Amino acid sequence: MRTKTFFIGITACFAFSWIGLAVLPNGQLGGLGPQIDEEAGEVFPLDINGLVERGRTVYVSQGCVHCHTQVVRDGFNGGELSRQWGVRRTVPRDYIYGSPALGDTRNGPDLANVGARITDAQWHYQHLYDPRSVFPKSFMPSFRHLFSVKKVTGQISEDAVKVTGKYAPAEGMQVVPSPDAKALVAYLLSLDHSYSLQEAPAKKEEAAK
Amino acid sequence: MTGVSSSTDSVSAREAANVERSLVDASLKLPVLTLFGSALFWLMISTVLGVVSSLKLIWPELLSGCAWFTYGRVWPAYTSTLLYGWAIPAGIGVSLWMAARLCRVAVTRQGWIVIGSMLWNAGVAVGLLMILAGKGTGYAWMEYPPVVAALLFVAWLVVSTWTLVIFAKRRPGHVFIAMWYFLAAVVWFPWLILTGYFGVANATGVVQPIIAAWFGGGMMNLFLAATGIGALYYLVPKVTGKPIVSYNLASAAFWSFALFAGWTGLTTLTGGPVPAWIPTVSIAATIMMIVPVAMMTANFALTMKGNFAMVHGSPTIRFAFFGAAAYALCAVLSLIFCLHSVEKIVQFSMVQTGLNHLMVYGFFSMVMFGAMYYIIPRLVGCEWLSSTFIRWHFWGAAYGMGMAIFSMLIGGLAAGAAWLQPEITKEMAIQAGYPYMVGRAISLILLIPAHMVFGLHFLLMILRMGRPAGEPTLLAHGEEAH
Repeated sequence: MRTKTFFIGITACFAFSWIGLAVLPNGQLGGLGPQIDEEAGEVFPLDINGLVERGRTVYVSQGCVHCHTQVVRDGFNGGELSRQWGVRRTVPRDYIYGSPALGDTRNGPDLANVGARITDAQWHYQHLYDPRSVFPKSFMPSFRHLFSVKKVTGQISEDAVKVTGKYAPAEGMQVVPSPDAKALVAYLLSLDHSYSLQEAPAKKEEAAK
Repeated sequence: MTGVSSSTDSVSAREAANVERSLVDASLKLPVLTLFGSALFWLMISTVLGVVSSLKLIWPELLSGCAWFTYGRVWPAYTSTLLYGWAIPAGIGVSLWMAARLCRVAVTRQGWIVIGSMLWNAGVAVGLLMILAGKGTGYAWMEYPPVVAALLFVAWLVVSTWTLVIFAKRRPGHVFIAMWYFLAAVVWFPWLILTGYFGVANATGVVQPIIAAWFGGGMMNLFLAATGIGALYYLVPKVTGKPIVSYNLASAAFWSFALFAGWTGLTTLTGGPVPAWIPTVSIAATIMMIVPVAMMTANFALTMKGNFAMVHGSPTIRFAFFGAAAYALCAVLSLIFCLHSVEKIVQFSMVQTGLNHLMVYGFFSMVMFGAMYYIIPRLVGCEWLSSTFIRWHFWGAAYGMGMAIFSMLIGGLAAGAAWLQPEITKEMAIQAGYPYMVGRAISLILLIPAHMVFGLHFLLMILRMGRPAGEPTLLAHGEEAH
C-alpha cells in the first residue's frame, strides 16, 4: 500500500464518522425552533430568562450534571414515565434554549421535570444546604458554600433558609442563599416539560382524545 | 573482500544494528523520559482524585462545604487528569519511541519535544485548576474549557509532528502494522479536538451533547485504542521474538477498526432526545467492532502460541497480555450492554463508568505499563531493580482496578434495575448501588501503593540505581527476546 493511499484512507475513515455523527445531526436539528400555536397563542418551549440561564451555568459549574440526568425516555426504552418523572418523553425541541445539560450518569433522580414535581423554593434551599436534613440516607454533597450565615439585623431576611438539625445556625444567626444559589433554584424550578408537543404529546391529553 | 565468511558478515550487521538502536535510544532519552515522568506524576494526582471522589460518594460530608472539592468537580478532575495527564502523554512517549525504533531514525532537535511536553503539562495543570474552579463543560472526556483544549492542541502539534518526521525519514523497507496505528492516532487526535470543540461551540440544543458524545467515543475507541493497539503490535512480536502471524488479518483488522470505531460513542443516547437513527447506527458500529477486535485478538494469540508461559516471566508481556484481554472484554461487554434490553437498565448507571475504566485503565494503562517496562531500561542503560516491585505493581493494579470495574458493572446493573421498577422507592433505588460504591472506593485505594511502587521504581531507574544492563529483570525463570 502506498503512503498516500494510507493517509487518504485514515482521513476518509475519520471524516466518515464526523460527517455522520456531527455534521448530519447539525443539519437535521440545527434550525429547530419552538412550536407556535397561533390559534391558542401558545409557544413551547418557553424561552428562558437571564436568572434561569445563570442558574444553568451554576448547575454545570457545581457538577450537578455528573449525578443527575435531564432525559425522559419513552416507556419502551426506560422507566422514567412509570416513575412519574415526566408525562412524556423528552425530544430535541425541549432543549433549543441554552446548552442542554442532559448528563450521562444517574446517581440521583432525573431532573428533567423537577420543577413540576417540587415547586417550593424553600425546599430546594434546605435540600441544597443540607441534603441529609431532607433525606437522611442521601449521598448528595451539601452545597453550603452557596449560602452564607449572617447575623440577624432587625427583621429576619425573607430569603432565610429554615435549617434544622446538625447545621442549624446559632441563635441570632440566619442562613441566606447567595445569588448563585438563587439562580440555581430558579433554574431547577424552571425545569418542566409537561407541555405538549406535536412530536411528543403529553400523556393526559392523549387520554382525553 | 573475498574470503570473508557470511557469519562474520552477520556479526558485523548485528553490531551495526545494535549501534543504530542505541543511537535511536540516545536521541529520544530526554523527551521520552520527560513524557513518562510527567505522566506518572499526573497518574499519582489522578489516583488520589479518584479515591477522594469515590469516597465522597459514600461519605458525602468528606471535604464538604468547599466549592473546589465538591463531588461534581473532583470527579471530572479525576477522569480528565487520568486521560489527559497520564494516558495520552504516556501514549505519546511510547509511540514516539516505538516509531523511531521501527523506522530506525535517530531524532534531531528533540528539544522541541521536551518543550511541547511541558506545554502539554501546563495545559493539564491549568485544566485541572479550571475544573476545580467550576469552569468544566460537563461533557465526559471533554471537561476542559476550550482555552485548555487550544493549549493541548498546540502542544500536540509540537510533539507529535515528530512522529510524522520520523516516518518521513524512515529507512526503506516494510512499514510495520504498529506504525499504521501510531500514524492514524497522530492524524486523528488534532482533528478530534478541533472538530469536537468547534462543533460544540457552534451547535445549539441537543446537537451539543451529540457532538460531545461523538468526541468522547472517538477519544476512547478511536484515538486511545489506536495508540494502545499499536503498542501491542510492537511488543508482542518483539518480546516473543516471533513476527505477527498474519499480515492480511492485521490489515483487515486495521481498516475495519478505522471504519467502525469512530461511530461507537453514541449508544448512551438511546431513547434520549435525539433522532433514533443516531444511537441506532452507533449500536450497529459497536456490534461491528467485534470483527476487528476478534481479528486482532486471534493474531496476538497465534503469535503468542507456544510462548504463553512468558506471561509468568516477562513483566512486559504480563501487563500487555492483561491489556489485550481487557480490550477484547471491553468490546464484548460494550456489545452486550448496548443491546436494547440491557441498555435500558444500564444506560445511566455505573456500568458506563466501569466500561470507561476498562478502556482507559484495564486496557490502555496496562499496555502502557508493559511498554514502559520494556522501554525504560533501554533508555537509561540499566535494568529494573526489583522483580518484587514489579510484582507488587502488577497485582495492585490488576486487583485494584479489576475489583473497581467489577463493582461498577455489578453495582450499575443493581441500581439500574432498581430504577426501572417504579414500586422500588427513589431512596431504595439510590441505596441499591451503595455497597458497590463502597467496593469501588476500597478497590481504588489499592491503586495508590501500586502506583507509588512504580513511581519509586521509575525514580530509581532515572537515578541509574537499577541492576547492571544485560539480562532483563524477569518475574520468574524465563527469557525475553531482545
